[in-house]
Amino acid sequence: MNETQNSLGAYLKLHWKTAVFLVVLLIGIGLADIFVDSYMRRLLNLCAIYVIVSLAMNLVNGFTGQFSLGQAGFMAIGAYTVAIFTVPVESRTAIFYLEPMAPFLANIQLPFVVALILGGLASVVVAFFIGSPCLRLRGDYLAIATLGFSEIIRIVFTNTQSITNGALGIKSIPTISSLWWTYGTALLIIIATILLVYSSYGRAFKSIREDEIAAEAMGVGLFKTKMTSFLIGAFFTGIGGGLFAALLGTVDPKQFYFTLTYNFLLIIVLGGMGSISGTIIASFLVTLGQEALRFLDEPMAFGLDLPIFRPGLRMVVFSFLLMIIVLFYRKGLMGTNELTWDFMAQKFQSIKKKLSRKKTSTEGGGK
Amino acid sequence: MSLLRTENVIMQFGGVVAVNDLNINIKKGELAALIGPNGAGKTTAFNVITGVYTPTSGKVLFTPTDKSGTATEIDITGKKPDKITALGVARTFQNIRLFKELSVLENVQVATHLNTDYSFLSAILRTPKARKGEAQAKADCEFLLERLGLIDLRNEKASSLPYGQQRHLEIARALATKPQLLLLDEPAAGMNPQETDELTDLIFKLKTDFDLTIFMIEHHMDLVMEISDHIYVLDFGCTIAKGTPDEVQNNPKVIEAYLGVDADVED
Repeated sequence: MNETQNSLGAYLKLHWKTAVFLVVLLIGIGLADIFVDSYMRRLLNLCAIYVIVSLAMNLVNGFTGQFSLGQAGFMAIGAYTVAIFTVPVESRTAIFYLEPMAPFLANIQLPFVVALILGGLASVVVAFFIGSPCLRLRGDYLAIATLGFSEIIRIVFTNTQSITNGALGIKSIPTISSLWWTYGTALLIIIATILLVYSSYGRAFKSIREDEIAAEAMGVGLFKTKMTSFLIGAFFTGIGGGLFAALLGTVDPKQFYFTLTYNFLLIIVLGGMGSISGTIIASFLVTLGQEALRFLDEPMAFGLDLPIFRPGLRMVVFSFLLMIIVLFYRKGLMGTNELTWDFMAQKFQSIKKKLSRKKTSTEGGGK
Repeated sequence: MSLLRTENVIMQFGGVVAVNDLNINIKKGELAALIGPNGAGKTTAFNVITGVYTPTSGKVLFTPTDKSGTATEIDITGKKPDKITALGVARTFQNIRLFKELSVLENVQVATHLNTDYSFLSAILRTPKARKGEAQAKADCEFLLERLGLIDLRNEKASSLPYGQQRHLEIARALATKPQLLLLDEPAAGMNPQETDELTDLIFKLKTDFDLTIFMIEHHMDLVMEISDHIYVLDFGCTIAKGTPDEVQNNPKVIEAYLGVDADVED
């Protein structure tokens, strides 16, 4: 007992900054949960969901180097699972008015957490069947297959009227509004990803990204390791999709167009393929940035009817900003670095050095 | 006792026969070398042994000794590279193939992954078993880095190392898989005479300290002649000579392959 206390004390001493940061973060979420208005609340919730899904995508794309584009599909599976199993039984006849819900599902209602985990697991099962043939191949086959899969899922969900209510979608899903659901899950997933990436498994993932032939020669089983990463990614994405459904309160196939995947691709490229903290930062930047630029879509943005302010300009500007970032930070904001205390101290030192050098050089110039 | 045998291995790519009827027999504890002019099929032979290629015909047989000390002959023809590595065959690459973005220590740690006896879930939950495994692997890797003189560089990126040290790191990484047979593909390529001498000493020491059998491809003849017990000479995929360094050195076919036929004879 005493020993564990000692080790906990030693651990806190070593990581006190992180501990303090976590406490501040939790208090921050708690305060935000009490004070923010419903608009900001939804936006913050969306940020957290984007963090979850982007992190899952980065695990597969950034850390393991497998180009997968199935995020929208896996999210759809998670979202529909939550929708189907949490919609109150009494309102189901009203929702499924074209064709009644399949009898084997009609009376099953599960608690939100159970449905959420079930959604994750459903994604895993589907991912296993996609991964089994594709992950054996080298190259970009996985990208093509996952891309196709996510379109197939959308079309399947549009046509399975008695299960997913087709194009009408499922409404009146019990919503979550508390920030704790999304941020709690996001925190758990962030921590799990960090622990995974800094373990033997994480190193095996990265070795495949760096050099498949060398990784295999060092005893890393390519298929098994890629599959592990792909399934973990699918699980997290399914969870993210489930939260997404519960946040919006409605799901329909149109939400899961391929463009949804683009958002996550953008986030991981922007944040840095292979950086957890980069992904988190970029998730917030992109989600909040897209919202902040919304005024560009309105014809009367500055009280004048300027001809360029038309719906769509927001994405033009956004794409332009993205191109600039890709041009100047080719590896994303963080590259493969992490925003650790050491990293920040280093950056701080180098900035300080640069500033002082500038100062001395201008002084020298003055004399 | 033979550790590695190949029986009539043929490797054909379309119409090109890269390796033709390769029969090698490497005894446990010896240091064998594979030499031959460029394009003779040496690296292809290595790739067949390590499972990168499945031979067109023929067999590769490996006889590892397990923990209880019993040796069993296993047919490794066409097995996946990672399975062959797990059985105890490790290799280095002719064109260095390090995990460039990973640190020196991580490079070596990757090679211990095949010995992990815990699942990814216990890795995430950091169970006592996982922690013990991680600590053990790290200690093993640091020991290897110490042995190869890279311990002070453990946190550097692998790509930032100078060339010679990258070669050393490749050897450390291969050793971390706990091999019984180590295949070195041109370990001294691009090294100056002094570095080559140091490497010769190092290979010899590692061989005794880690109880290794070594099979290497090398172009530095001084190195090969000095430390090999047996030499196989390939030319155009065919084994043109095999034997002790003395036998090979005086074999007229070998001289012909390396120096060409004397043109004056015909005049």
